[in-house]
Amino acid sequence: MSEMNSDCGCKKASTQDKAREPISRRNLMFKIGAGLNVIAGALVGVPLLGYVLSAFSRVPNNSWVTLGRLIEFPEGETRLAVYRNPVSQAWDGDTAEIPCWVRRIEGDSVQVFAINCTHLGCPVRWFKESRLFMCPCHGGAFYEDGSHASGPPPRGLFEYKTKVEGGELKVLGGHLPTLAEPFSTEQS
Amino acid sequence: MLKSIALWVEQRLHIAKLFQSTAGHKVPPSTNSWFYVFGSGTLLCFVLQIMTGTLLAFVYVPSASQAWTSLQYLNNEQFLGWFLRAMHNWGSIFMVAIMSAHLVQTFLFGAYKYPRELTWVSGCVLFLCTLGMAFTGQILRFDQDAYWGLGIGASIMGRVPFAGANLVHLMLGGPIIAAQTLSRFFSLHVFIVPGLIIALLSLHLRLVLTKGINEYPQAGRTVRKDSYEAEYEEIIQKTGIPLVPNVIGKDLVFSAMLMIAIVTCALVFGPMGPSGPPDPTLIHTAPKPDFYFLPIFAVLALLPPYMETFLLLVAPVVGISIFVLLPFYSGTGEKSYRRRPIAVVVVLLAFLTAGLLAYSGTYAPWSPHMEAWSREVTPAVYLKRRSPLELQGAILVQSKQCRNCHALGGEGGLRGPALDTVATRLTSDQLVRQVIQGSGNMPAYAKNLRPAEVTALVAFLETLRPTYQPAARDANTHSADKR
Repeated sequence: MSEMNSDCGCKKASTQDKAREPISRRNLMFKIGAGLNVIAGALVGVPLLGYVLSAFSRVPNNSWVTLGRLIEFPEGETRLAVYRNPVSQAWDGDTAEIPCWVRRIEGDSVQVFAINCTHLGCPVRWFKESRLFMCPCHGGAFYEDGSHASGPPPRGLFEYKTKVEGGELKVLGGHLPTLAEPFSTEQS
Repeated sequence: MLKSIALWVEQRLHIAKLFQSTAGHKVPPSTNSWFYVFGSGTLLCFVLQIMTGTLLAFVYVPSASQAWTSLQYLNNEQFLGWFLRAMHNWGSIFMVAIMSAHLVQTFLFGAYKYPRELTWVSGCVLFLCTLGMAFTGQILRFDQDAYWGLGIGASIMGRVPFAGANLVHLMLGGPIIAAQTLSRFFSLHVFIVPGLIIALLSLHLRLVLTKGINEYPQAGRTVRKDSYEAEYEEIIQKTGIPLVPNVIGKDLVFSAMLMIAIVTCALVFGPMGPSGPPDPTLIHTAPKPDFYFLPIFAVLALLPPYMETFLLLVAPVVGISIFVLLPFYSGTGEKSYRRRPIAVVVVLLAFLTAGLLAYSGTYAPWSPHMEAWSREVTPAVYLKRRSPLELQGAILVQSKQCRNCHALGGEGGLRGPALDTVATRLTSDQLVRQVIQGSGNMPAYAKNLRPAEVTALVAFLETLRPTYQPAARDANTHSADKR
């Protein structure tokens, strides 16, 4: 643009008005072109951003999944159970299988804990002899009822909502529990 | 004939002119130094990473269900697949290392000062991008560590106030670690971050040409905004020598050595991982990040819980700002590290901190040893001439998993104090209280031990002291005795 201007300046040095007219016409075209590109860019960019940021807005899509028949979990014991993530894709592979700890206290009274430590999400392990959950990453420990026993975790284990239907133990699952979104606050 | 072809090409491409303004541009003779080889070394690593990475993508399958299997195929079946994986892994380690050296050198030589602020800023962002590549690359090695590493990342995101849950969702590409998580990390690692690096690198190199490479600093020669550029111009005019061929020699030697080192490491140590498959139901795992992130891993264990979230979210922002904005609050004055003691101390402290944290991260004394209770032996000396009650206590130390956190005879967890001399520190009353109520980092065992078990356990613990050291005594009882 600037080269063009200087060209005009030296070749038609006669009057400034003559030189200015084609420039302003070009300026007008430049402005129209830039404006059109802003609009066209928005037409391209907004859907792209929408595509990427769609993951930012989350839809509560937890649903009830079966962990197995209640009688498979003996009273007074805590056992590992596995359910298939209700929002899984065909190409999830192993990652669709989500483990959790089932503590059957007695009768229908059951607690189901997320496998993820409340500190940084590592998988906690149950030690039935000392009745503690221990985390391998940074040494968090939890009592058998999920409450915080020691170490860096800021709260007790994340606990699923549970129900027993027709002898089957079900939990409300479908997302990775974090401090921002523990199971207990989920409405579905 | 050859000459006319060369001339024809030259007339079309103007290579001579291009050469003069790039590779052949003049630099201060003082930069012909071994300290100035790290930038080109980092660039070499980046080119190697692009080459090996592109070729790995011939075979690698970015699918949560098959990524791990395709890595096994690369390791074991694809001809030289193991070598390419090893090259990519060692290339990344060397890239981070050489880039750190480049960073330290430019920092200590005051290269970030006026008028090279943007060179520094773009370099800092390149450094962060490279660490981003290291993290996303670790995710693409879609194994157990990658899976739980994502969990750690998501848990940190989940601590962000207000938007935490949304950020977790954005990072994972959904509500949970699954197929879409790997796909987006693949896109980040292969397209987005490398694209960003190439763009920033162009800027970085362009700035090296426009503002010139930093001359070797001399103590006492300070940078002043009104005179520096004229002084630099004078150096170039009077003594400048072309980068190629006069200065590039050391870079070439270093780059060749670097390549040989990477190939050697790849041949000797081979590829890294993948560890176990990314199956979250295999919970008998102790996730650990790659070397570069061990200091962060360690910090997360050692920070007091009350300041953890604050420091996790605020410290990186403040730290990175101080680092990136350095030329804007320290843009003039002394360049030489000989006159900048604080800069030298900062570098030493940074290395000391990162080194010590990485060291403690490798053996993670804060983590319980999950198998210690059933695997480690009880030293025979602690069992000789003991009463049945005390022996019962010795069994309880094992069976109640005490040794997951407490060492005995040097074996066992390091989370709690070793028990070898516990009787010299705590009286039996204190032992009972500690076991039942817990305190500090120790869980309370009141619900998990019957009274008889506590008696046996404490009876055994009371025997744990050297014969030449007296048992701990209760101050009250002791003074009462004397009276």
